[in-house]
Amino acid sequence: MFTRGLWNFPGYGLRTHFEELDRMKRHLDQVFGQGDPSRIAGRTAGVFPLINLTESPNAYVLRAELPGVTANDLDIQTMGRNITISGERRIAVDQNAKYHRREREGGRFSRAIALPGDIDRDKVEASLKEGVLQVTMPKSEAAKPRQIEIK
Amino acid sequence: MTHHDEGREIQVGKRQDVSGQTEQTRSGLVFIPAVDIFETENEINLVADMPGVKTDNVNIDLRENTLTLAGEITPFEGPDEDDLLVEYEVGQYFRQFTIPEQINQDKIDARLSDGVLQLTLPKAEAAKPRKIEIRSE
Repeated sequence: MFTRGLWNFPGYGLRTHFEELDRMKRHLDQVFGQGDPSRIAGRTAGVFPLINLTESPNAYVLRAELPGVTANDLDIQTMGRNITISGERRIAVDQNAKYHRREREGGRFSRAIALPGDIDRDKVEASLKEGVLQVTMPKSEAAKPRQIEIK
Repeated sequence: MTHHDEGREIQVGKRQDVSGQTEQTRSGLVFIPAVDIFETENEINLVADMPGVKTDNVNIDLRENTLTLAGEITPFEGPDEDDLLVEYEVGQYFRQFTIPEQINQDKIDARLSDGVLQLTLPKAEAAKPRKIEIRSE
């Protein structure tokens, strides 16, 4: 069993070599179907959302895990090639109750991601479903791949 | 999925034949959801973060003293998407707890909204604390 909690800082480009190796191993395990089923991974970075970024021919898609965060508590901004997601995760605390486990973290967070290409900022769309934020950022015309015809 | 749909009640399986073992031997990654568990005089509350799980893919099972939470993350990537940064992956959430108190199984309430599962387990009458009055002679 390994814990994500040891590397709580959500570094884009700051992830440790061990974490990167671990991720590669998991990926290889998945590809070859040899994943160790007994291994259980925790998945959390405290209040900071975990982020996935993908690229399709026409758009970049950012997904972030934000359980319990509502659209009103979220702020998404794009600036050039950068996108910033900030907000607050509120966790209700019952003062009269006796706590047995308290693992969920609340508080303010902010994460910035640099995109590899330009986007069309007027066509950016965001949705929040089942605690997952999805931001679709269409590439600008100049950043889209273009097939060159050979005459 | 509509907003109304998200907050709807989840069926709590009382004696389903889904043992913990079958869940754990399935292929794919298994994640431990972060939870808060707190107890008041009348009930035990459990709150679990399960982002990416739809209401239909949550399985809650209480048998004997063991409470099992399981949830499958809906695959999210489109077919023409290439990964640039991966911090979380598709898999399933799984966690078991021992509940020492007697629970009134008929009144268990479970809700999933915004990726957060909220489970209310009312204590059975016998398990509630009873204040003993001391009479002075």
